[in-house]
Amino acid sequence: MAGIEVTSLHKRYPDGTVAVEHVDLSIGDGELFVMLGPSGCGKTTTLRAIAGLERQTSGDIRIGDTLVNDLPPAERDIAMVFQFYALYPHLRTRDNLAFPLRAEGLPKAEVEERVGEAARLMRLGPLLDRRPHRLSGGEQQRVALARALVRRPRAFLMDEPLTNLDAELRADMRTEIKHLQGELGTTMVYVTHDQVEAMSLGHRIAILNKGRVEQIGTPLEVYDRPASLFCAAFIGSPPMNLIEVELADGHLRSKSGLALTPPPNLPRDRSLIAGVRPEALEVTEPGAEGSVPGRVVSAEWLGDEIIYVVDHGDQRDVRVRMPLNVRFAADAPVGLRHTGGPPPVYDASTEELVA
Amino acid sequence: MAVSVNEAVSAGPAPDQRPPGRRRRGRGRVAIEVAVLAVLAAVMLFPVLWMIETSIKENRDVYAIPAKFFDFTITLDHFKDVFVASGGGPSTLSGSFLNSVIVAGVSTVLATVLGVPAAWAYSRFSVKAKKDQLFFILSTRFMPPVVVVIPIFLMYRQVGLFDTKLGLILIYTAFNVPFTIWMMKGFVDEVPAEYEDAAMLDGYTRLQAFWKFTLPLLLPGIAATAVFALIFSWNEFVFAIFLTSSDAVRTAPPAIAGLIGGTTVDWGLVAAASIVFALPVLVFSYLVRKHLVAGVTLGAVRR
Repeated sequence: MAGIEVTSLHKRYPDGTVAVEHVDLSIGDGELFVMLGPSGCGKTTTLRAIAGLERQTSGDIRIGDTLVNDLPPAERDIAMVFQFYALYPHLRTRDNLAFPLRAEGLPKAEVEERVGEAARLMRLGPLLDRRPHRLSGGEQQRVALARALVRRPRAFLMDEPLTNLDAELRADMRTEIKHLQGELGTTMVYVTHDQVEAMSLGHRIAILNKGRVEQIGTPLEVYDRPASLFCAAFIGSPPMNLIEVELADGHLRSKSGLALTPPPNLPRDRSLIAGVRPEALEVTEPGAEGSVPGRVVSAEWLGDEIIYVVDHGDQRDVRVRMPLNVRFAADAPVGLRHTGGPPPVYDASTEELVA
Repeated sequence: MAVSVNEAVSAGPAPDQRPPGRRRRGRGRVAIEVAVLAVLAAVMLFPVLWMIETSIKENRDVYAIPAKFFDFTITLDHFKDVFVASGGGPSTLSGSFLNSVIVAGVSTVLATVLGVPAAWAYSRFSVKAKKDQLFFILSTRFMPPVVVVIPIFLMYRQVGLFDTKLGLILIYTAFNVPFTIWMMKGFVDEVPAEYEDAAMLDGYTRLQAFWKFTLPLLLPGIAATAVFALIFSWNEFVFAIFLTSSDAVRTAPPAIAGLIGGTTVDWGLVAAASIVFALPVLVFSYLVRKHLVAGVTLGAVRR
């Protein structure tokens, strides 16, 4: 087991595309570290550079104490799970699992013991004699995980391993992966574009955008205080409402007059944008205390909650998360007020968190 | 409103009555289709049938008027003449067939050996100006052989490749490599790169990963591509007739064409030679037909 250090990583392809602009990561030993970002943000390239499948243009990668820049993938002592599983199609499950061990030249008895152990851990018993095309997507992914396990590597790299599974299975596998990582205590770097996966799995999350790290933090930190407007708009479903605000008489006020609790030490001379979570707002009867007048544009019933889209005279409508027992019809006149604590506030020009 | 409701109701029972009607129409349609196709097949296949007949007729039956369709004596003399010279020993035609086998076979193998790794590289790696390079490679096929054959003839005479099998092999390879690269790139694109990534993490080098995992999955595609390359080299006529002069080097297509001309034409021999010439490609395509179908349709289904 080992931590992973990525320093000033830069990857530029011969055709001129820059996949990774500048990435620094420090992944702790035994950590489940998630890289999250939209497609093309450089997360997969970073992971492949750690695996040794891509050679970075500049920058250093250390696994444990070893500088692995010039090591081929096989000598980095890592295992990787791919989006398309990449099980060898001509081999039965048993041989797929044994394959990396035989490649290492382990004695037969040990190969069998380790395959048995991995099969037990991933509950693959009945599938051992099938070939990949006779396995369902979820089974294939379990085999792929088991194949990564048998190596007992210093770190696992996961490249969107659940993307091709249907929603229900994905949730099960998510739990399984998290449980497995906790049990084995092996460092895991997990790449995904799915924020739910990132939030539920990660000890820490790195949000990448355009080849740069926008924020690294625990799921709570990332959710509560997104480090930039990009993170604010990316995390949460629905994401934060980004409201243009001004500091006036001790309150943050939007153009519509919506008052927010201001965080301390706000800079005065800049145009500001507040990030307000949908659950930090409240739809009230029109004219309720502290509310601004608004109008329900639409309402989405999600079973356990309702998301109201409210026009409050601002440029952008806001989304408000409300419990089911509060019901307003579409087009109904309502009030809108802020109920949470001080929201994170961003500089409109630099798009960075200022307070 | 009322009208539309009535329509909807009256449309209800209709589906129950439709199936027998459709079946009846279907049966009549099938009969017509079969008849049309039979006529078409007869028309299309008549030259082939006539060629086969001619090849097994005595010479006097070949020239008989009215033409004899069924009541002729069967002889295999023409086929013997294709391979055996009149004084005994192998005929010039049999030499030409051997040349065809060598030239088509070697150029197909060369084109495959060069083209498949190139296709893999173009599919897997990020190459500078990849699209332009691929377009350039394809552009070498834009000109038909008859346009480039004169300059190639002059060049070949200079470098001593004129009237050599090597010369033909090289030019056929040059024509088949672009085709192989383009067709194989499509097949390689369909094989997930993750297989190679996984193999590399399991301790193989990139080339080993290609050799052990990607190549076996590409075999149907390679078979399909090689058959097309083989057919091109086997049937090629323009280069063969311009770039060879001696019987020792000449391939089958110009040799068979050379049988026609002069004062009398031995049609029986021409027909027999044509059948012998057409057979290998037919047999080969038949043997790899499964791969051909798999190969040609591989790109049709998205994963």
